[in-house]
Amino acid sequence: MYVMHEICSSVKNMKQLDFSVLVRRANQIKEELKQGVKKPYRELIDVSWGDPHRTGVKPLSFVRQVLAGCLYPQLLESNRLKVDVRQRAQRLLETCAGGSVGSYSDTAGLTQTLKKVSEFITRRDGGVPSHPDSIYISPGSQWSLTNILNILVNPEASPKTGVLVPAPSHCVTTQSILGLGAEVLPYYLTEEQGWALQVEELQRAFDSAKGVCKPFALYIINPGNPAGGVQSRKSMQEVIKFVSEKKLFLLADEVYQECVYGENVEFLSYKRVLAEMGPPLSETVELASFHSASKGLIGECGLRTGYVELVNLDPSVLKLLDNLFSTNSCAPVLGQLTLDLMINPPQPGDPSYPLFYEETQRIRTTLIQNVRQVFEVVNSLPGFSCQPVEGGVFAFPRVYIPPKAIQKAKEVGMEPDTFYCVRLLEETGVLARPGSEFGQKDGTHHIRFCIMTPQHIMEELLRRLSIFHTKFMKEFS
Amino acid sequence: EIETSLFFLSPRITLDLLIIKTSVALTILIKYLRDNGTKMSQDQQAVNGVSCVSKVLTLDTMNPNVRRVEYAVRGPIVQRAVQIERELREGVKKPFTEVIKANIGDAHAMGQKPITFFRQVLALCSYPDLLEDNKFPEDAKKRARRILDACGGHSIGAYSASQGIECIRQDVARYIERRDGGIPSSPDNIYLSTGASDAIVTILKLLVCGEGRDRTGVMISIPQYPLYSAALADLAAVQISYYLDEENCWSLNVEELRRALKEAKQYCKPRVLCIINPGNPTGQVQSRQCIEDVIRFAKEEHLFLMADEVYQDNVYADGCKFHSFKKVLFEMGPEFSSTVEMASFHSTSKCYMGECGFRGGYMEVINMDPQVKAQLTKLVSVRLCPPVPGQALLELVVNPPQPDEPSYSTFMKERTAVLAALGEKARLTEETFNSVPGITCNPVQGAMYTFPCISLPQKAIDKAKEEGLIPDMFYCMKLLEEEGICLVPGSGFGQKEGTFHFRMTILPPTEKLKVVLQKIRDFHLRFTQEFS
Repeated sequence: MYVMHEICSSVKNMKQLDFSVLVRRANQIKEELKQGVKKPYRELIDVSWGDPHRTGVKPLSFVRQVLAGCLYPQLLESNRLKVDVRQRAQRLLETCAGGSVGSYSDTAGLTQTLKKVSEFITRRDGGVPSHPDSIYISPGSQWSLTNILNILVNPEASPKTGVLVPAPSHCVTTQSILGLGAEVLPYYLTEEQGWALQVEELQRAFDSAKGVCKPFALYIINPGNPAGGVQSRKSMQEVIKFVSEKKLFLLADEVYQECVYGENVEFLSYKRVLAEMGPPLSETVELASFHSASKGLIGECGLRTGYVELVNLDPSVLKLLDNLFSTNSCAPVLGQLTLDLMINPPQPGDPSYPLFYEETQRIRTTLIQNVRQVFEVVNSLPGFSCQPVEGGVFAFPRVYIPPKAIQKAKEVGMEPDTFYCVRLLEETGVLARPGSEFGQKDGTHHIRFCIMTPQHIMEELLRRLSIFHTKFMKEFS
Repeated sequence: EIETSLFFLSPRITLDLLIIKTSVALTILIKYLRDNGTKMSQDQQAVNGVSCVSKVLTLDTMNPNVRRVEYAVRGPIVQRAVQIERELREGVKKPFTEVIKANIGDAHAMGQKPITFFRQVLALCSYPDLLEDNKFPEDAKKRARRILDACGGHSIGAYSASQGIECIRQDVARYIERRDGGIPSSPDNIYLSTGASDAIVTILKLLVCGEGRDRTGVMISIPQYPLYSAALADLAAVQISYYLDEENCWSLNVEELRRALKEAKQYCKPRVLCIINPGNPTGQVQSRQCIEDVIRFAKEEHLFLMADEVYQDNVYADGCKFHSFKKVLFEMGPEFSSTVEMASFHSTSKCYMGECGFRGGYMEVINMDPQVKAQLTKLVSVRLCPPVPGQALLELVVNPPQPDEPSYSTFMKERTAVLAALGEKARLTEETFNSVPGITCNPVQGAMYTFPCISLPQKAIDKAKEEGLIPDMFYCMKLLEEEGICLVPGSGFGQKEGTFHFRMTILPPTEKLKVVLQKIRDFHLRFTQEFS
C-alpha cells in the first residue's frame, strides 16, 4: 500500500498519449535492427518530432564552432578555428559572468543577449520598438509558455479558466494547459481552406465555454503546427480584434517564423500587426509572443532555448512574473549564446560566410523541394490528401481510412490513425504521429510527419509511404 | 497598497479627480516600482499605468498563488546590486569599484575554473570535426563519440527522450551503485532534469493535492533554500516548517519534526518531508544516526521523503561524511528499504564542477507507486527534454576519468584543488566571523555558504521598521550601498523569530574572500557603533 497514490488531479487530467506505444515499439525495432533481425528496411526513418538534426539535417558549422570555442576557450589560442569564429566566441564569453558558460546568467537572460534579441525583433518588425526588459529567455519556448500560463490560470477558480487553442494543435501545449488545471477550448481550423482560421469558429469556441469554464486566453501558433498554414495580415487583425472584444490574453507561438515557403507567403509577427493597427488596440491588447532556437535553419532543439516577449502587460503583474521566472534560475547559457548566433549570423565578407551561406541555402532549397514533393506525392495517391504546406516543419495529410480498417482498429483498441501509424512503422520503419493526438474533426484522420529532412531521406520516406499506403488501402477495401 | 488602490479607486471618482489622483498615484507607483527594482522603463510604466483599468491580466485576475512566490537569492537586494553595477559602468562614483555578488552559489562567476576534461568532451560533442584534432586526449574523444552515438542524428542539438538519454541514465545508475556500496539502482528510476530545481518542482507538482484540511502539507527546514517555499506557494501547498537547531550546529532534531507535524495535522494533510543534506544555507552535514532517525520518522508518519543532495561532494569539516539517504535506507533493512518512498536529487551546478549554466541534474525515485510513476512520466514530457549539453556533462560527472586513463591525473589535480580551496575558505570564514563581536558563525561543515547570526542593536531594528524593511534586509542593503558586497538577508531563508542572519557564499578566490570578510567585519563594527 503506497503512501503516495494520491496525486495532483490536474496532472491526472493530462492525456495519456498513444504515441508512447509507438515510441516503445520503435525503440524495440531499433534494437532488433542492431541485432541483425531481417526487416524490409535497414533503418528507421523517425519523422515524429519537429527535430531536424534527428532526421539527418546537419548543424550549422559556424554555430557549432563558436560554441566549441566558448566551451573550451583553449581553442581560441590557435588558428584551428577561423578568425571570425574566434572573435565571436571571445565576445560572447565576455558577456558571461567569470567568462564562463558554466556560470548563471541573470533571471531573464544574459544582458547582451537580451539586447541583441530586442534589436532583432525591432529589425524583424520593420522598426516597431522592442525593449530588453520585456523579454525572458527560458529553457525552450514551451517553458516560457508554461510560466505565462501559470500566471494566467488560477487552479482553484470555479468555473475553471479556459484557453482557446487551435484544433489540430501541438499536444505539448494542450497537456501544459490541462496540467495547470485549466480547460482547453478547441477552435477548428478549416482544412479545405489550407487550415485557415475563421473568426466565426473562434466565436463558436468562445460560446461553447458557457457553463463549462471562463475563457481567459487565446493561444495561436503561426506558422502552424501540425497544420502548415501561415496567417495573412487580415486574419491576424481579426484575431486581435476578437481578443480585444472578448477580453482575452493573446499567446502567439511564433517558433516557426523562419520556416516559410510558398511564393506569396510572408511571416508577420503578431506584435508588428498589433502595433501597425494603432491605438487603442496597439496599447491595450495584452500579448505574449514566443520564439525559439529549436526550429528554423539552426534547429538546435536539444540546447533548449526559447524566449517570450511581453507586450502591454500590467507592470505589477510583470514584477510578479519576474519573481516566478527567478525561481527557474536561468536558461542554459550555451543555448542563450546560440540565440545570439541565430539572430546575428555571419555577414558577407566574414571568413565563415561562404560556408554558412552554402549550408543554409542547401537547407532552404531542400525544404522547398520537400514541401513540393510531399504535396505532389500525397495528393497523387487515392485516399490521401494534403493541404499546401506554407510554413512550419510538418505535413499533416488527411488519410481516408476505410471502414474495414476503422473496425480493425476498434478491435485492437486503437484510434484508426494510430492503427495506421503502427502498421506504417512495422512494415516500413517510418515513425509518424497519429492525427488523433492533435485534435481533428470527428470522422477525419490524419498523420503528422516532419518535412525538415535531408533530400534523400524525404525521397525514401515518400517512397515507403506510397507503397505502404497503396497496400493498406487495398487490404482494407 | 498603492497599486491596488489605483485599480479600485479610479472607477468611482469623477474625471478631474481621476486625472489628478492618477498622476499623483502614478508618480508614487513609479517610484515604488523603481525602488523595488522592476524591470519596466518609466515610459512604459506611465503608458500602462493609465490603461491599467481595462487590463485583462491584473493582480486580481491572475493566479493568486503566484502573488506569494518570492525567491530571495535573486530577489530585491540582487536587483539593487545589478542597478549599482549599471551605475558603476556609467561612471558614478562609489566607495568601491565593483560589486561582489556573494549572494548566489555560482562558482565560475567568482573565478573558479571549469574541469578541463569536461569542457574538452563537450567541445568535441559540439563540433565533432575536432575529433580529428590531435590536441584532444583519446579518452575525451572516446567519451564524445559515445555520447554522440546516443544522440538523435548524432547531434547534441536533437531532442532526447523526456526522461533523458538512456545510456546516460544507465551511467547515473551505475554511479549511484558505486557510491552506495553496491545497492542496486535502476535506470528506469532515474529522471534527468533541467537542474535539480526542475526535478524538485516536478515532484512537488505531482504530489500536492487535496482541498481544505486535506491539502498536502510539505515539511521543510527553517532555514531553507527558498526554491522550496516558492514552489509550495505557487502550488498552494501547506508549508510545514521545522526548525534546525542553531545552538547545535544546525542539527536536525526528530523531536522538532514531531512537534511540527503534530501541529500541522490540525490544518492540513502532511505527506512530504524535504531535507537538504549537506544543508543550504546552513551547510550542516547530517550524521548517519540523524538520517536513520529521519527515515524512521518518515515511515512512521507515512511521509514521502525528498532528499536534496546537490552538495554531496562539498564536505569539509573533520568528522563529517556524506551519507546518501538511499544508502542508509537500504542498510536499515527490507522493513524500510522496501516501503519508504523517496526521491533524491543531484545536480551539475555545485560540488567541484560548479557548472550552473548548463542546467544539468537528475532525480532517482525509490519505491514509487507504478501508477504515480506513469503520471510522473506524463508530467516530464511537457518539458520535452532536459538540455542535452547538461545531460552530456552529467554523464562525465558520474563517469569521470579512471586511473588508467590519460586525463586522470589532471582531472584529479583540478578536482582536489577546488575542494581543498573550498575547505580552506570554509575554515577561514568561520574563524573570521567568530572573531567579530556581534557575529556568531557555526562551522561550515559542507555546501558553499555561511549563515552567521548577527546581533542588531535595537535602534537599527527600529530604523529598519521605519523604512518598512526587515532588519536583516536593512543591514544587507546598507552593506551593499557602503561596501558593494551583495549578500542575502536571513529572512529570505527563514529564521527563528527575533534572530537575524545573512547568507554569504564562500566562493570568491581566497585573497578576495579575505578582503570581503575584512570589509564585513569593519562594516559590522561601524553599524553597531552607528546604531548604539
